[in-house]
Order: sequence, then C-alpha cells, then structure tokens
Amino acid sequence: MTTHSATAEPSQRQISLPLSKAIEIAFRSLKIRFWRSLITIGGIFFGIAFLMSILTSSALNKAMLDGGSSQVRALLEQKGTDAEAETQQIWLVTLSLLVCVVGITNAMLMSVTERFREIGTMKCLGALDIFIIELFLLESAFQGLVGSLGGVILGCLFMTVSMMSSYGMEPLSVFPVMSVLKFGLYSLGAGLFLSIVGALYPAQQAAKMLPADAMRTEV
Amino acid sequence: MSEEQAVTTEPQDIDVQNIVRTRGVRRVYKMGKLELEALKGIDLEIKRSEYVSIMGPSGSGKSTLFNMIGALDKPTSGKVYIDEVDVAQLDAYELAWLRCRKIGYIFQTFNLIPVMTALENVTLPMIFAGLSTDESIDKGVDLLETVGLGDRVQHRPLELSGGQQQRVAVARALANDPAIVLADEPTGNLDRQTGREIIELLRRLNTEKEVTIISATHDLKMLDVSDRIVWVEDGKIAKIQRREDLDLDVGQIGED
Repeated sequence: MTTHSATAEPSQRQISLPLSKAIEIAFRSLKIRFWRSLITIGGIFFGIAFLMSILTSSALNKAMLDGGSSQVRALLEQKGTDAEAETQQIWLVTLSLLVCVVGITNAMLMSVTERFREIGTMKCLGALDIFIIELFLLESAFQGLVGSLGGVILGCLFMTVSMMSSYGMEPLSVFPVMSVLKFGLYSLGAGLFLSIVGALYPAQQAAKMLPADAMRTEV
Repeated sequence: MSEEQAVTTEPQDIDVQNIVRTRGVRRVYKMGKLELEALKGIDLEIKRSEYVSIMGPSGSGKSTLFNMIGALDKPTSGKVYIDEVDVAQLDAYELAWLRCRKIGYIFQTFNLIPVMTALENVTLPMIFAGLSTDESIDKGVDLLETVGLGDRVQHRPLELSGGQQQRVAVARALANDPAIVLADEPTGNLDRQTGREIIELLRRLNTEKEVTIISATHDLKMLDVSDRIVWVEDGKIAKIQRREDLDLDVGQIGED
C-alpha cells in the first residue's frame, strides 16, 4: 500500500466509533432538533398509519367472513370483493409510502446541509466516512421507529373503530390478534426500511465532502 | 545551530526534522469557466516543535495553504509531506488516522459540536482513537484543566463564551497528543484580551509540550510568539522572517 515508516504501527491505526456512542450522538442530535424531527416523524406516522389501516381492514374482513355472525357475513358478501378496488387500494398505499420516502429524503437533506460544518469538523477529528453515514442512518432509523410505532397503533385503532361503526361489536369479538400483530410488525419494518432508504442519499453526500469544502459552507 | 546537530544525528532524524514539507503546491479553483489560482507554487519547510505563523491579508491564500498542510484539501499539483509521508498517497483510512492522531485543528469559528458538553467535545477524538471511556474522561478533564476550564467540564458550547469555546477547541486539538496543531485564525472571533490569552495558551503549549504549532492568521499579536513568520501574498510566499529579525518594539509593532 504505502510506506508506514513515519506513521505508527498497524496495531495503533485503529479508528472506531462504538455503536453505543453513535446511538448516543444520533439521539442527542434528534433531541436538539426536536420540532423538526417531529415533522419528519409525522410524515412516517401518517404513511404507516394508512398502510396499517388497509392491512387491518383486510384482516378484520377476513376474520368476520370466517367466524362472524350470519348477518355480518351476509353484509360482507353483498359488498363483494371488487378486484378493481383492491388494485386501486394497493396503488394508493404505494403512492402514499413513496410520498413518505420523498419527505424523509427532503428532511434529511435539510438536516445534512445545516450540519455541513459539524460534519467537516468530525472528519477533522478523524471520523471515517462510514461514521457519518452511520450517524445519519441511525437518526433516520429512530424517527422511523417512533413514527411507525405510532402509525401502526393509529392505523389499527382507526380501522377497527371505523368498522365497528358499520358492523357493531362484531369486529371486536372476532378480532384476529395474531394477524394484526403480524401486519403491525410488517408495517413497522416497512417504516423503518423506508426511513433508512430515504436517508441513504443525503448521508452519502454528507460523508463524501472534503473537510475544507464542508467547513467553507455558509449556512 | 541545526546544521551542526544534523551532522552528528542519525540519517533518520534528519529526515523527520521537517514535520511538514510542501513542494510546488498549487491550488486552482474552477468556478464555471473561471479559474482562480489560489496558490501558485508553495515551497515550505516546517521543523518539529516550531511555532510558525502564516500571515497574509484576506484572499492571499493562507487559508488555502492551511487546508493543504492540514490534509483537508488536495492540491491541484505539487506535494505535501507530513513527517515525510506524501499525503496524496494516503487512503481514506490513513487520512482519518492522520487527522485523528497526528494533527489537531483549531478554527476561527471554534467548530464545537453543539449537542455535546465541553468534556464530550474534547473526548470525541479519543473515542475515535479507541480509548476507553474512563481513560478518555480522565484525560479530557486533565486537558480542560490545562486550558483553565476545569470548572466548566459539563457545560455545552451555548453556555460558554467565545474565549472559553476556543479553549475547549484547543483542549480538543490536543486530545490525542498530536505532533502538529493547526490553527486557522484562532483569534479571529475573539476580542483583543481574549485573543491574547489564547495566543499565550498556544505559546505555553508549544514550549511545554513541544508540539509544532502552525497558525494561519492576520492577527499581529501572533508575531511575538512565533519562531518564524511566513508572509503569504497573492498565492505565493512573499518572505519568511524569524522572530529575531523582526523589528518589534516592546508592546507595539513598527512604531517609529
């Protein structure tokens, strides 16, 4: 590779950022930008709530069809399964999640731009590019986690209550706990995944900057 | 004095006598169709434990030279050697190591991380270097006491004055016992008295810890503590003076 003669032995050439420390820094950065973080979290919150509500409705419909009272089953069969409506639904959900991701990317880009000087400084202290990426991904993952958690709860609650207004107590009596939990986990995973994907581009841009350029920026 | 010593010391010592060496460093900035030549060929040698001030007006290229020496930016042509290692040959990992362990940076705008306390700011480079939390805290408190901030260890940058923030920055620059401390306009955002205190602090560190200090500045107060002054003008070195050669009256500059 290169001559190491004037620099230290290989064993001393470690640069590391322990995960616990990275988490601490990421968490504190979010806390200090609390209100801005809330907006980003809000975006994920509603997107995932929508996803969860659709999933819950399908789970509840299935549960009522399988085990509900005859009146309810008759009602449901009357409504029928409309293939076109289902495709439309999938399209709606996909769109809303895409809007979510765009929102996250935008928010993270703003966050990165605001902190160019901070990033440049950290590189001066010896931070590797991957540390910078790690910090931003962690921040986004936190926001995704909080937003998704809230969204899952809201989506499930909203759809259950909404169905109760149509079918009375039926949805509660046949409530498919396992299915809903499963869908909840899927939605949580989706929210987390999208947050990380949304932050990837901004994080990479941040990490790539030369310290001199990063610190020359006037914000 | 160094000539006689050079003959008697081993070849290896002569090689690393120059801690920083630049050869024909040029830096051209491209802005659309315009080309701005910020540095027009700089040849410079800085010895270990020297206190060198790079002086020049705004736009002279001293900050650009600072970035070259500190491996913060790449020259368009020419070479920069730190401890006789060509900086351009270093990969990202080695570059990070260099910035973490070998060089400490001080900036005009302090550049402390706002979400961290003074102690955490000072210990961050130590964490990158792999020190345990306990070791880094002990060392961090020690350094903060050296710069006179032993009682402000848990304060955040928002709660510190400009001079105090710069002191934290100085402590942070020393976190991993670097061979070189690079200061870019360290007194630029400070009032005269505080500026003097920081300059005095740097001088003390240079004497006590024998760390090389390279400072890019247009603060004339820095003249008094430097071993050598490199005057930069229009992207070139105009002249290099040693402290002894300067015509300074006590307390004033150039009074006739």
